[in-house]
Amino acid sequence: MCDACGCGDTRLVPVELHERLMAGNDHTAAHNREHLRAHGVVAVNLMGSPGAGKTALLEASARAFSGSERLAAITGDLETERDADRVRAAGIRSSAITTGSACHLDAEMVHRALHGDIAHGADYLFIENVGNLVCPAIYDLGQEANVVALSVTEGEDKPLKYPAMFRGADLVLLTKIDLLPALPRFDRAAVEDALARVMPMPRMIAVSAFTGEGIEDWMEWMRRLRGALHPQTAGVATGR
Amino acid sequence: MHEYSLVQSLLSRVEQEARAHRASAVHRVTVRIGRLGGVEPGLFATAFENSRRGTVCEHAELEILTEAVQWVCSVCSADIPPGRVLACPSCGWPARLASGDALVLENLDLEVPMEIASHV
Repeated sequence: MCDACGCGDTRLVPVELHERLMAGNDHTAAHNREHLRAHGVVAVNLMGSPGAGKTALLEASARAFSGSERLAAITGDLETERDADRVRAAGIRSSAITTGSACHLDAEMVHRALHGDIAHGADYLFIENVGNLVCPAIYDLGQEANVVALSVTEGEDKPLKYPAMFRGADLVLLTKIDLLPALPRFDRAAVEDALARVMPMPRMIAVSAFTGEGIEDWMEWMRRLRGALHPQTAGVATGR
Repeated sequence: MHEYSLVQSLLSRVEQEARAHRASAVHRVTVRIGRLGGVEPGLFATAFENSRRGTVCEHAELEILTEAVQWVCSVCSADIPPGRVLACPSCGWPARLASGDALVLENLDLEVPMEIASHV
């Protein structure tokens, strides 16, 4: 029975929406992006499996960038602030988001963290997502680029198994290459082939946070990204 | 399991639309999910089942349209079958995703009391 007149009859009214299920998140992400751009902060969404070496990469970046650029980080984990503590100890201003049971960061969580003024005065903001190759892929956070860390022990075919994650990547960092002497069967060409089947413009840099190998190339990639977005300050950052 | 949080935002979006149309219930919700959308349709349906009690969607049917992945050359539009290297076999340009990443709330069928519907 209908609430309005008690006649009991209803009419089916079709409503066409054709809107993204992520519309709410997209809106907040656009707000984050606008805020960060206005303040000259280049934000990168760093994703990868648990244990891919995301935090170690931030520590190595802190060592490499030290003195020349100001870094900030937001680290996401289900529990503990251990990653934020590690990153802070390496000299990067950082703030932890503990998601409880959520398997990814969303734009609203990042928005709240930004209100804590974490990115103020920073040249680069690293958003270290929850370790997961599935859920973080679909949440825009307001970043300028998606970077996926893939360690040499994870298996060359990971990109084929998680295509949504790698399709959205602007850069893949092949991490832990210092372990390669212990992995005689590792096939780098197979990783590159897998990436070429899921990324239309595959780009991979091999790095070791432990030895520092490749970190210079990664910094160069970051500086180019910054140069494209903020050409007026790029000369300072790149020394050109 | 981001399907549950997606369903939460779907339910509140539908609730909003139902209120605006003074609907007494929702008859059907239609969404489109691409194979590369990063959402598993089966899990999405389960999340909907488990989340709708007490909401305006309590008795609604969820219709999920799936969308196949289609890569094409970004220049000559030649079809590039999924699983191949994502560059055009004839001109070499990078592929573009023509479809397959949709996560879209397409439409709703609302049950609007006759008295109200006839005045809209």
